[in-house]
Order: sequence, then C-alpha cells, then structure tokens
Amino acid sequence: MDKKKNRKIRPLIQALTALLSNSWLVGFFNGTIFKGATKSICLPGLNCYSCPGALGACPIGSLQATLTAAEYRFALYVSGLLVAFGAFCGRFICGFLCPFGWIQELIHKIPFPKKIKKLPAERILRLLKHLILIIFVILLPLFFLDATGIGKPWFCAYICPAGTLEAGIPLVLMNSGLRQIVGFLYTWKLLILAIILFLALMIWRPFCRYLCPLGAIYGYFNPIALWRFKVDENHCTQCGACQQACPMDLPVHQKPNPMDCMRCGKCKDICPTDAIQTIYPFKKSK
Amino acid sequence: MSEKSKNILACILIGIGLLAAVLGILRGEAVDVLKKATMICLECIGIG
Repeated sequence: MDKKKNRKIRPLIQALTALLSNSWLVGFFNGTIFKGATKSICLPGLNCYSCPGALGACPIGSLQATLTAAEYRFALYVSGLLVAFGAFCGRFICGFLCPFGWIQELIHKIPFPKKIKKLPAERILRLLKHLILIIFVILLPLFFLDATGIGKPWFCAYICPAGTLEAGIPLVLMNSGLRQIVGFLYTWKLLILAIILFLALMIWRPFCRYLCPLGAIYGYFNPIALWRFKVDENHCTQCGACQQACPMDLPVHQKPNPMDCMRCGKCKDICPTDAIQTIYPFKKSK
Repeated sequence: MSEKSKNILACILIGIGLLAAVLGILRGEAVDVLKKATMICLECIGIG
C-alpha cells in the first residue's frame, strides 16, 4: 500500500467501523437500544453496548459481566476472543477499529493554540491503563460482590468515557425515564468525559494512551502479533524522523512494536528510506 | 526472538484464544453477554 493510500484509508476504515457497529439509528431517536442476536458478539474495539445504535457487545463490558457471573469465575469466551484479536493484530485494532479512538482523533484535528506531544510524567501516566485493567476491570468486579454474590462493572461505572458519550448522553437526552434518575455519578462521568475531550484537543488520543484497559490488553500482544511492524536495518539511517512524526513520540527506529504503538502508520509515511515495513498476516513483507 | 518464532507464537495464541472462546460459547457465556448487552446498562451510562 503506498503512503498516500494509507493516509486516506485509515480514517475511512475508522469511520466505516464506527458507523457499521452503531448503525441501529432508530435507537438514537427513541432512546432505546438494539436487542438483536448480534449483541452476543464481542466487537474488537471499545464500543459501549448501551449505545442506542450498537449492534455488538463491548469487550470490556462483556469481560466484566462474565467475570462477575458467579457460575464461571473465568470468562473464557471474552478473554479467548481478546487473546485471538490481540495475537492477530495487536493495537492495529486501536488505530483502525475503535470508534472512541476515532472520535478523539477527530477532536484533535480541531485547531487549538497549544498542541503538545506528551504530558509531564508521561511514562507514569501511561502505566495507569495497566492499573485500571488490573484493579477496575478484574479485581474489583471479581472480589467486591453485592448481597446476591454478583460483582459490578467498576470500569464502566466509574471511568469509561466512551459509555458516557456513546450511551449516557443520547439515552438520557431521549429517554425521560432515565432523565429522572440521573445523579452524582452521571455528573462525575460527564466530568471525566469533558476532561478527556478537552485533553484530546491538545494531545493525540489521551484516553487510549493513559486509561484504556482494552488498549493495555492489546498492547501486550503488539511485539508478537501476526500484523506488526519491522524496521529494515539495512535501510534505516537512524534519522529519527519516525519518532518526530509519531503522535505518541515512540522511537520506532529502535523498537518498532512497543506496547503503546497504535499503528497509525505516520512513521511509515514519513520514513525517507521506507525502512519501516508492515508484516501482514500470512503474507510476506514488502 | 526471530520473526518466524513470533509468527508461530502468535498462531498458537490465536488457536488457544479461539478454542477458549468456543468453550466459553458452549458453556453459555455468549448468551450471558447477549443478556447483559440487550439491557440498558445503568453503570455504563452513569446512573447505576
């Protein structure tokens, strides 16, 4: 794929994925959600299943739901799919198939006086997503149970801004029953969403880089995924142009598959010697 | 780790992942996901 094509194709795939996975438009108008059989299928990207248009299930929401079901204790279906998705293409999913990531990228395109590449204490902040995965997605839902022995989806309840944007806002706007029961938690989640969207004006995909537990999971597979990057050392001049172009400021020329890389491909586009190559599954790299 | 070893490891993980997913479906987890995903999740929208 040539560089110009790559630049155009990624936003197109992102837009198509967001639209196709949320295409039950009736729900947005009458404040209800889709109830068809496709909701049993976990989508690879973070897409709230309470979004009125959602046709599939959110993997993080489903993971918490099946983890907390008293009869299983280990969520084979969702964790198996996450391992398979991750080993197939790692964080390509973040870069190409995540609707909330796409929304943040669109917001980042809005002109703003101060665009920055990273926040102070960037390295520590990037560890947050791993802590959120362990504490809010796994431990708290597993061990803090209610009187009936069922855990709560802690990440969805207290953190997830995708749920607030895709589900909370449209449902509360269109559904008068829900509007009457909103309280402090709703305000709290709106505040998190507002902070994330404001940060997205300045930094590229702040939720994905600091907080997303799904990105953390896929990141573990980045170094070995079938779909990954490779640097041709014979062509690489170590000029560092890739790192400068990388919105995450990753030294791609030294380490092409770090956990934080979301495969936007900007490093490939900028490389003057075409040293960065994509290894496609079941296909020899060009 | 060589590129070939990475590919083999990825294929093994995909196999294990798909097998786990199928076992999960067989013991009814996909039905549970369906039940959960077809109700408005009050936690997700910031109410529950």
